[in-house]
Amino acid sequence: MKCNRLVDVGRRQFLRGGVLGAAGAAAATVLPARQAQAQSLAMLDYPSTKLGNVADLKVNEPMDIGYPDADSPGILLKLGSAVEGGAGPDGDIVAYSVLCPHKGFYMSYHAEDKTLNCPGHFSRFDCEKGGQQVWGHATQNLPQFALRVDDKGDIYAEGADELIYGRLSNVLQG
Amino acid sequence: MAYKRNIDRLPIIPAGAKEHNVTCHYCIVGCGYKAYTWPLKTQGRVDSNWIGEDLSKQQGAETEAWYAPSMYNVVKQNGQDVHLVIKPDVACEVNSGLGSVRGARMAENRRSDITGTQAQRLTEPMVWRYGTWQPTSWDDALDLVARVTARVIDKDNENDLYVSMFDHGGSAGGYENTWGTGKLYFGSMKVKHCRIHNRPAYNSEVHSTRDMGVDELNYSYSDYQVADTIMLVGTNPMECQTNLFLNHMVKGMQNGAKVIVVDPRRTVTVDSCEQVAGAENVLHLAIASGSDLALFNTLFTYIADQGWVDADFIAKSTFQGDVAVPEDAAHPASLGSFVAAKAACKMSLADGAAVTGLTEAQIIQAAEWIAKPKDDGSRRKTVTGYEKGIIWGNDNYRVIGALVNIGLATGNIGREGGGVCRLGGHQEGYFRPSDAHVGRPAPYIDQLIIAGGGKVHHIWANDHYKTTLNAAEFKRVYNRRTNMVKEAMDARAGATREELVDAIVGAINAGGIFSVNVDIIHSQIGQAAHVILPAVESGEMNLTSMNGERRLRLVEKYMDAPGSAQPDCIIAAQLANHLKRVLRDEGRTDYADQFKGFDWKTEEDAFMDGYNSGNPEVTYERLRAAGNNGVQEPVKGYENGALVGTKRLYEDGVFTRHGREDGKALFCMGSWRGLQAPGKAQQQANHRFLINNGRANLNWQNWFLDQKNDFVMDRLPAPFIQIHPDDMAELGLKPGDMVEVFNDVGATQALAYPEPTARKNETFMVFGAPNGAQGNVINAGTNELILPNYKQTWANIRKISDATPAAARVSFKSWEVEL
Repeated sequence: MKCNRLVDVGRRQFLRGGVLGAAGAAAATVLPARQAQAQSLAMLDYPSTKLGNVADLKVNEPMDIGYPDADSPGILLKLGSAVEGGAGPDGDIVAYSVLCPHKGFYMSYHAEDKTLNCPGHFSRFDCEKGGQQVWGHATQNLPQFALRVDDKGDIYAEGADELIYGRLSNVLQG
Repeated sequence: MAYKRNIDRLPIIPAGAKEHNVTCHYCIVGCGYKAYTWPLKTQGRVDSNWIGEDLSKQQGAETEAWYAPSMYNVVKQNGQDVHLVIKPDVACEVNSGLGSVRGARMAENRRSDITGTQAQRLTEPMVWRYGTWQPTSWDDALDLVARVTARVIDKDNENDLYVSMFDHGGSAGGYENTWGTGKLYFGSMKVKHCRIHNRPAYNSEVHSTRDMGVDELNYSYSDYQVADTIMLVGTNPMECQTNLFLNHMVKGMQNGAKVIVVDPRRTVTVDSCEQVAGAENVLHLAIASGSDLALFNTLFTYIADQGWVDADFIAKSTFQGDVAVPEDAAHPASLGSFVAAKAACKMSLADGAAVTGLTEAQIIQAAEWIAKPKDDGSRRKTVTGYEKGIIWGNDNYRVIGALVNIGLATGNIGREGGGVCRLGGHQEGYFRPSDAHVGRPAPYIDQLIIAGGGKVHHIWANDHYKTTLNAAEFKRVYNRRTNMVKEAMDARAGATREELVDAIVGAINAGGIFSVNVDIIHSQIGQAAHVILPAVESGEMNLTSMNGERRLRLVEKYMDAPGSAQPDCIIAAQLANHLKRVLRDEGRTDYADQFKGFDWKTEEDAFMDGYNSGNPEVTYERLRAAGNNGVQEPVKGYENGALVGTKRLYEDGVFTRHGREDGKALFCMGSWRGLQAPGKAQQQANHRFLINNGRANLNWQNWFLDQKNDFVMDRLPAPFIQIHPDDMAELGLKPGDMVEVFNDVGATQALAYPEPTARKNETFMVFGAPNGAQGNVINAGTNELILPNYKQTWANIRKISDATPAAARVSFKSWEVEL
């Protein structure tokens, strides 16, 4: 039965606070929530969070991350060809929130055309164009995380460029 | 890189913030929103706020406790700066908390001195002086309008005054404002030369269904949730009536409804229906462009031949006999009984398949889904929605009539899970004196102006330059004629008012036209204006409208008007008062007396003078109490502290829209006759590409606010034209290249957007864009009642430019979701 696909897939996938349990290796790289919040009393004071290493990434296979804290799911992705705003030696590493900015459903990655797709109401976003909404209901493009790659190839997230769904401050206020 | 706001924190709505009822002012669905306002230097806290949630935590999907930056702004309220949040209302039955890509930007699309949004809004009257527009007072501007207008109208001849006036609800329309202009032009005056915001004449878009006795908005949105079959014709609700689709049609599909989509193009609606219902429950009838009438007559014939009709309903509720209304200049087809229509519309499966390009099996399957009784013999509940695909398509009168025929024959009008309704563009909000003096067919205003007709032109929120047909020629002529007046005004700089008016009248008698533009922005046709008057939108005034299921709501004023802008109804009243004064000064006392009755101070005064006079139960106070769920019209009474409405029309089987005393619905007897409008068949023969056209999700109508919205213009810096990749390759086009679309009537431009699901040689171009008017390539051909035929347009395409830097940022990926 396909009739319950709309909305319910998103509900099933979006497990509040539990997303990193499914994210495997990424969990260890995220600051404890309390520490992230402690740093966030001023606007735009984002945690610098190690997401992984360039060597860990396989082209077009997204890695689950949480940023700015564990309750904000995202992906880290090596696209395979350079894009504007891409990080790393090949200029092709990007990271996005995966909560649809329309209604907060957990989006899935479609490798064939490098888009994030929402099961809730069928919006989709282009990971090669800064998260531009290709078609959909959201009134903003996808929040993209600013990345810094150090000499060792470690990848750090250090900011976001749109408001993340479900929080009125990207860095949660205590 | 895509446009980003770089807003990563928003002020929190405090407990005790002011709360206002808001119906979205964009599309006809009219989603409920709440506007919250509170003082600028204050806000709520994560542990103490409007909703009582702990905002120190991530909120889940579909939460009420979040709003996007597009839902926030800082505006003036009673002269004070206040925070404003406009967010979807979860308690509204229409949208249940869903926001669309249009409505969820309402706050961002308000004018703000603080955040700088919508600085394009007009704030004060302007008159053409010293070679450009100069700001001035309302009295000065209206005095000039009244003096010039008074020179070309007289008690028994107002034919030199041309009026373009919106008739819609929502936005800056609504019952208050249609009454204001209606009372002036159809009450005080009897203006014959007038047109409506989106078409070149003052006419109905759906004459035939009304002539058959069936109002075009006869169901309740909830009917989609209980239907067995949803039939969508020439409409794309996932894009154009988004939350009607998501909140009602999707629920119908989840409850087991099958869907038939009649559209030459595979739209996102087709894809979304397949996602929800499964492809096996979706029948997309991709007919040849303009062949709808052949399809419906074939379906009607087959359904009748199978006996899948509601004989009791036909006997009790429809006309018995032969012809009730003969075909004539005002009726492009005869109207009569079921038996007469069956004979007149007869079309075989073979003929229907040949014309539409469908297989006979597809037509039979559609007929079964629409009409085949269930195993227990009960009626198959089929609800039908239609819109511009046929309203602005081939042979409007007969096509809509043929579709309503099917609804009547199967007893699917006035019944639960049924209805044959247009899906609509704007909301509705029409209350005016009779327009019978306009006549039928109504005068074709745009062609009359091109031919030199009209001396003074009053324009109320119409932008012909972006949204008329034969637009290229209209613009050429209108620019020339209004420039004649501008040159005459420039030549008399420094003259007295009397001398200036004489100079203007001299220019209009020599073939010029004096143009008065009432709008919220300086529009494209406004560039030709001599006087510009700033109006407001809903929320900047109290405004009542009804949606596509006749749901009447009051939008409560939540912010001040920009500058000295005023509601249209008040502007109309002031213009009436100035005309009265000028006519009296000129000694034309009897005529001046016709302009009495405009002593309104507020929009509520206009509402009480107009709508309330015909619906005495309905007041602002009662509508405020009814909130965002409002009441479905017609309002039948007021009981137990609430207005009593009507969920569905014609549940008693008595049909009234045509005004017949017998209450019997009529069938339409329109046979198929090919491409009806003049010039269409020849244009098709001489050009390669079909230039199908319509709206996109993101762009509201002619983009009037969106053209200054960065989020929108980043996605579509110019109108797109979807072309099959093979056709693009043949034309040497890359995604984002600028193409010229040209034919026998004009040319326009668009971004090439590859669309693999498009049929070869069939394109789709978005309508109404400020920088690529699709109407430039639409010929002047209309149906007999002056309904434009946009959809059947053919042209050639050539590349004129590589992608611009703005286009290079654009994603050209498929719109179809991949899950």
